[in-house]
Amino acid sequence: MEIDFGAAERVIGIDLGTTNSLAAFMDLTGPKIIPGADGDNLVPSVVSINPNGDVVVGNAARELLITQPERSVYSAKRLMGRGVDDVQEELKLFPFHIAPASEAVLQLQLGDRTYTPPEISAFILRQLKQNAEAYFGEPVSKAVITVPAYFNDAQRQATKDAGRIAGLEVLRLVNEPTAASLAYGLDKRENGIVAVYDLGGGTFDISILKLHDGIFEVLATNGDTHLGGDDIDNLLLRIAMEDVASEWGVDLSIDSEGVQRLRRAAIQAKEQLSFVPFTSIELEYRGKKYQRQINRELFDKLITPIVNRTLGPCRACIQDAGVAVDQIDEVVMVGGSTRIPLVLAAVEALFRAKPHTDLNPDEVVALGAAVQAGILSGEVQDKLLLDVTPLSLGIEIMGGVVSKLIHRNSTIPASATETFTTGVDGQRNVLIHVVQGERELVKDNRSLARFDLKDIDPLPAGLARIEVRFLIDANGILNVTARDVRTGKEQSVDVKPSYGLTDQQVEQMIQESFEKAEQDFKERQVREARVEADTILAAVEKARRHDAYFELMDAERAAIDKSVNELLLVYHADDHILIKDKIEQVNQVTLKLAENMMKGTKI
Amino acid sequence: MTDYFELFGIPRGLNLSLDLLQQRYYELSRELHPDRFMRKPESERQRALDLSSTLNDAYRTLKDPVKRAQYLLGQEGFEVAEQRSKDVPPELLEEVFELNMALEEMRAGDHSARPQLETAEKNFTTMLSDVDQQMESLFAQYDQSQSRDVLAQIRGTLNRRKYILNLVDEVHKSLAPSP
Repeated sequence: MEIDFGAAERVIGIDLGTTNSLAAFMDLTGPKIIPGADGDNLVPSVVSINPNGDVVVGNAARELLITQPERSVYSAKRLMGRGVDDVQEELKLFPFHIAPASEAVLQLQLGDRTYTPPEISAFILRQLKQNAEAYFGEPVSKAVITVPAYFNDAQRQATKDAGRIAGLEVLRLVNEPTAASLAYGLDKRENGIVAVYDLGGGTFDISILKLHDGIFEVLATNGDTHLGGDDIDNLLLRIAMEDVASEWGVDLSIDSEGVQRLRRAAIQAKEQLSFVPFTSIELEYRGKKYQRQINRELFDKLITPIVNRTLGPCRACIQDAGVAVDQIDEVVMVGGSTRIPLVLAAVEALFRAKPHTDLNPDEVVALGAAVQAGILSGEVQDKLLLDVTPLSLGIEIMGGVVSKLIHRNSTIPASATETFTTGVDGQRNVLIHVVQGERELVKDNRSLARFDLKDIDPLPAGLARIEVRFLIDANGILNVTARDVRTGKEQSVDVKPSYGLTDQQVEQMIQESFEKAEQDFKERQVREARVEADTILAAVEKARRHDAYFELMDAERAAIDKSVNELLLVYHADDHILIKDKIEQVNQVTLKLAENMMKGTKI
Repeated sequence: MTDYFELFGIPRGLNLSLDLLQQRYYELSRELHPDRFMRKPESERQRALDLSSTLNDAYRTLKDPVKRAQYLLGQEGFEVAEQRSKDVPPELLEEVFELNMALEEMRAGDHSARPQLETAEKNFTTMLSDVDQQMESLFAQYDQSQSRDVLAQIRGTLNRRKYILNLVDEVHKSLAPSP
């Protein structure tokens, strides 16, 4: 049964995490998590491709990470929107297999196929979409997806692309700490100044917000998009590997399965140390046993450098927000890594306040995304998020220097207008190089894209006047439009993203995923038709032993035999329409038999 | 071009109530933010995007006294060139000369200049807060008189302020432990 109050189509909120992903929605009482098919709220962000091409996501893929590591990938979020040169450090620590043919967008090798990071993320998103569809019993096509606040333009664009490839219309990208503040504000506090400290699997964000009667105004944000629980795992793993090398005389690093088993043991130990003072990393593998005691004191000493790396961004954020530490009413802790006692202690020392840990740090971002989804669909009327852009936006000027157009921590949407002209008589093109970052020189910042102003009217040098508008939208993504000031005509702009997929590539991936989805759909229909055929064949088989069957005329019995044979003939064809046709035929010729049987049972 | 004061519906002036500004900003944001137009036709969504980016720009400008003054000066036809801060205010000539020498020594690795720089940092910081006070009183004068002479003085003060701010930054940087 369907009740429609004229409400808009359902919009779900998705936390696409480095380690785990989850989806939530808004019901009448508030945001709720959508459980996965296996009953778990969290879907591990692991993707594995079976040799037959089947895609496995989540808990099942986490198992396959051990048995078929070369066909599996985790923490792919670290690669979103990044080039091959960017990830060299990452490659030393993570078993990413970069395909040799990678260009601007790197390609991951999984078995015999290659995938871009957005495609890997799309597998996870598609799983979450399916979970939601199974939960609601209706199609879901719209979503709000969260991203680390400190994600740059390319990383955001890659996330949006992933949504599109997964068949989701991404209505909005929301910053993770901001989303968390929405869930927190809904629950705890209407007014005040709040800091959100978000240490996840692979990213760190700090945001400071002013909450005022339903307005959530971000004052400043800072972070590190490559800092998180993963780094702690790698520390423990390295120590354990060294142990194994000296105890067993085995270099585990060339044995992917061994590494994954040991990594899992290290993670387990890490998680336990948040609750108990000591534990051990244990591995039984290929008939050998490894065990190392580790207590919290040693653990704290190991991870101190990582925890300290979060404090610099915190101080910068406080300064940029223009608040004093004692004006901050509360620090909300988000992300699984904030369960670590040393992290809590460091935050408490810096902010001189007890951190707020009442909310489930794994779920609060998804819940907040659902609230934002409610705001966009009109279900939530009284809340409004005013977020900022984390990085300054500038253009390259003479001498490789950056001229800043939009400063970091500007509330978005934010825009700036610049007028460009030509330097040579008759010049038809002007190239604008846009970068993101805080440094003075272009080479120290992140190249975002090159915009080519084309088909400029040929004029003497310096006469053409092209007004270019740089607009960062509410997703934190740059849009560029240009206008010829003399003619008032819209000026065409060609975008060459420095990192990231072109629109064409995304379209192609969407096409492929549709074809795949269509194929999946077709296979399901064939399977369903066969199940239906099984049912009717079994019924006919049973009826053949019934008195009513022998009361039929020979011709009638012959017709039944013929139709059953025909159904058996098409049974293995991959054509559900044909199977259904034959089922219908069997139905028709057995109508009288069925009626007679019914009469017979009544007597 | 939208007039920022008109957009907020507040009187044109250099001293303004930040509370009122924030209240209006929140009201207008609730009205104009793209979130409110998600289910509207594309043309309305585009308009919301334009208006809210203007609103955010206006708030950023009016919230900050220096940016606010620069904006008003620009509207009144004064040139507000950032580059002007390179000209040393004459009354600071001697002090800046000595400071530059100390900064040179420091950069060359001679740390004996440190105490001198620390004193300079203190002096310039005091100077900065003096300038801020001057500005505030000039703001009040302008709001009362609407006099262009006062605006010219404000422009001079802004340049001076910018110059001192740069000095403070530089001294601060040279005193900070190198990373």
